[in-house]
Amino acid sequence: MVDISPDICASEGATLVMNPIQASDWLTVALQFAGLSLFSIGGAIALLPEMHRFFIDDHGWMTEKQFNSGLALAQASPGPNALMLAMMGWYFGLNATAVGSSPYALAILGFLMTISCALIPTCTLAYTATSWVQKNSEKIFVIAFKQGMAPVVIGAMMASSWIVSSHNANYEIYWPNWALTIVTILLFSFTRAHILVLLLGGALVGATGVIK
Amino acid sequence: MNPSIDQVAQKPKSVANLFWAMTSLALQGFGGIFPISRKVIVEERRWLTNQEFVEEWAVAQVLPGPNIVNLAVMLGARYFGLRGALASIAGIFLFPSIVLILMAIFFEQMQDIPEVAGALQGMGAVAAGLIAGSAIKLASGLKGHPITFLGSMVFMGIAFLSLAIFKISLILVLFGLGFISVWLTYRRISALRKGPPLS
Repeated sequence: MVDISPDICASEGATLVMNPIQASDWLTVALQFAGLSLFSIGGAIALLPEMHRFFIDDHGWMTEKQFNSGLALAQASPGPNALMLAMMGWYFGLNATAVGSSPYALAILGFLMTISCALIPTCTLAYTATSWVQKNSEKIFVIAFKQGMAPVVIGAMMASSWIVSSHNANYEIYWPNWALTIVTILLFSFTRAHILVLLLGGALVGATGVIK
Repeated sequence: MNPSIDQVAQKPKSVANLFWAMTSLALQGFGGIFPISRKVIVEERRWLTNQEFVEEWAVAQVLPGPNIVNLAVMLGARYFGLRGALASIAGIFLFPSIVLILMAIFFEQMQDIPEVAGALQGMGAVAAGLIAGSAIKLASGLKGHPITFLGSMVFMGIAFLSLAIFKISLILVLFGLGFISVWLTYRRISALRKGPPLS
């Protein structure tokens, strides 16, 4: 059931074979999170396209399904959206685990490593910059930066949603996925439906097996 | 710039008090944490007025990193310095991390059951919709943008296409496209300020 038939994946660059993870790859991941976190204006969601490229397209350290499961779990669980990044570390650690060793030690290590690497630079910056920004909050360049970046950041959020959905490009098979996503957008935008109710609804629809 | 004294400002009593407030806030936040953080900080704890909250949130947004974490750092630092900032971050992350790890282990054990795997796929499709829906809600806030609503939509659209279709790296988009957008916005605001004298 998890196997995806080859003709579906024959389309461009779908990585099915995962690359083995070396010890030095942990450093690469740590640097990726620490470096990119300083560009996460708009929050963790804006980083999803870049992280997707890094883990799946560039390195093949994670499956598409794992990436999406991580996002879904982080959304379904309480807490800040930044924990999505921790779930990438979780699956990275899980995939690095040798057969037969204790299953969750490396996964938890990956979880803690990625979230720490993502937070330390930004929290340090926030701590040191707070007083400066407050002093200059009336200055034009601060206002222009904030307002000028807003549309670009919102576009990045929309791209994140698209990237999560777009591996389901075979519409004949995946139309229920697209339908559920679009219904969610409509319910979320035009009703006061609670996020938790929507997620629960998605879980119930998915449990019937219609979502591939 | 004294805050209006329409409401006696409360302060967290101790670092522990701050930690537990942030914990309660984080554990109530499913998906979007913005609405619940305003409710806890402004209405329940009364640490900030509505207006102060909006101002602090704006600053948190300018900085890179998750907005709620930046806000927590700023609030913690204001009341108790470095200890306060660390307590705030710990409050935001400690219990949600434990809950998430337990959920992840649960799903790892159960994912061979088709209903559980299906449920997660269903939640994934909903999660994608929630992200898009949040972006659409934020986009409605671009009305009255200095470079006009249409102008901001153009930048939003180019950013979306660059990332989603052409797979250009985020840093390039933020620095290239973002720079142009900030520069145009800056020029527009300067022109408006130099124009008719308004304050």
